[in-house]
Amino acid sequence: MYAHPFSYHRAKSLADASKLLEQLGEESRVLAGGQSLIPLMKMRMARPTALVDINFVPGLSDIQVHNGELRLGALARHTDIEMSDAVTAIPILHDCATGIADVQVRNQGTIGGSLAEGDPSGDWGATLLALETSLECAGPQGERSVKLEDFVKDAYTTVLGHDELVREIIVKKPPKNSGGAYLAFKRSASVYSTASAAVQLTLDGKDGCKDVRIVLACVGLTAIRAKQAETELRGKQIDEQTMRRAGEAAREAAEPQSDMRGSADYKRILVAALVKRALGFAVRRARGERVEAGHEYVGR
Amino acid sequence: MSGVEKIAVHVRVNGEPREAQVEPRTLLVDFLRENLNLTGTHIGCDTTYCGACTVLLNGRTVKSCTLFAPMADGGEITTVEGLSINGALHPVQQAFAECHGLQCGFCTPGLLLSTLHLLKKITKPTDKQIRKAVAGNTCRCTGYQNIFKAIRMAAGEMEKR
Repeated sequence: MYAHPFSYHRAKSLADASKLLEQLGEESRVLAGGQSLIPLMKMRMARPTALVDINFVPGLSDIQVHNGELRLGALARHTDIEMSDAVTAIPILHDCATGIADVQVRNQGTIGGSLAEGDPSGDWGATLLALETSLECAGPQGERSVKLEDFVKDAYTTVLGHDELVREIIVKKPPKNSGGAYLAFKRSASVYSTASAAVQLTLDGKDGCKDVRIVLACVGLTAIRAKQAETELRGKQIDEQTMRRAGEAAREAAEPQSDMRGSADYKRILVAALVKRALGFAVRRARGERVEAGHEYVGR
Repeated sequence: MSGVEKIAVHVRVNGEPREAQVEPRTLLVDFLRENLNLTGTHIGCDTTYCGACTVLLNGRTVKSCTLFAPMADGGEITTVEGLSINGALHPVQQAFAECHGLQCGFCTPGLLLSTLHLLKKITKPTDKQIRKAVAGNTCRCTGYQNIFKAIRMAAGEMEKR
């Protein structure tokens, strides 16, 4: 399958990319890893007249820790993040990176591209909302910092201007007694998840909940912060009952559509289960246990 | 055709420098098959699912149906044609042959490269690591058991070398 014809422009820097996008007009698009854009173009669901390729811009894929912040270059591939030692201190990020699509897509797809696309089924959006995340964006007027909660406006819609690009993703390292997990339920590796839940929980003592964030993906027009579910836990003892209540509250927060991945009812039930399980992993990790979590498949 | 200007793409494929002028929308898999006549890389689903088009780009597996050829400019590519050494099968190919890790063979080029990519990173993969490594390669004939067997054998053979 061939995409609609387009002209190809290779950016030398982000400033150059920004300028090219401005010159080429509204029908031009940024090309990062291309793992969502290229399939859309092949199916003619997207028909940009020009692509600005940022893959050759140097220094955009660095991953480093700086002053208690993890800084991820926009072009860091999911595999780079999965393999990064800097990321191991925040297990929820590893859960996310290691399960996105399949090896080949993870080798090519980028974190910046995933966030800028604003797909409600995207894994990074939900995962990073469970943490304190901001995005450094570069445009013709210079740089600005945008909090992730202010970044996504609607499905496939972000606050980025047409000639503005994500340069770097900054994640604040959670405190020591904090643990997180990202669980996504998929029918097979290469497809989007049916539903997913991201949880980051900070302990108060052995089993008190000092703070918690619970975020759902694939079950609404954007990633959904399940605030009532958080209220069920914050300042309370974490036990079977409070975790179940949080799961039930998360089910109410979900706004799923019935589609080929499952009925809306099925997805709600799935959300409750995923949140409860993710909480279990998060608590164990907050206590310092090493536990493997991440994407799960039908039949395993 | 489209009136869009063609651009030059230079790559090294299986160690050889190659180049062609292509429309920007040319997919890497079509560049390999049509421009460079390397038809060992297959087009299966053409929708980023099946992995028949898997090649190594700068040492990492990618789905060549989901890359525009200019994105690979300056890169180092390995296709299935680059696996055998002086006519002798690569240990991964030998293992697939001996374990009947294929039936129709359509998915095999992609599976061979995904296997090679795995074994370069992990010399003794667990069954779980093997399954995860080829999760992006779909086979509609074998039921995968002989493929897993072949990957285990290939791991043993490559370690001996």
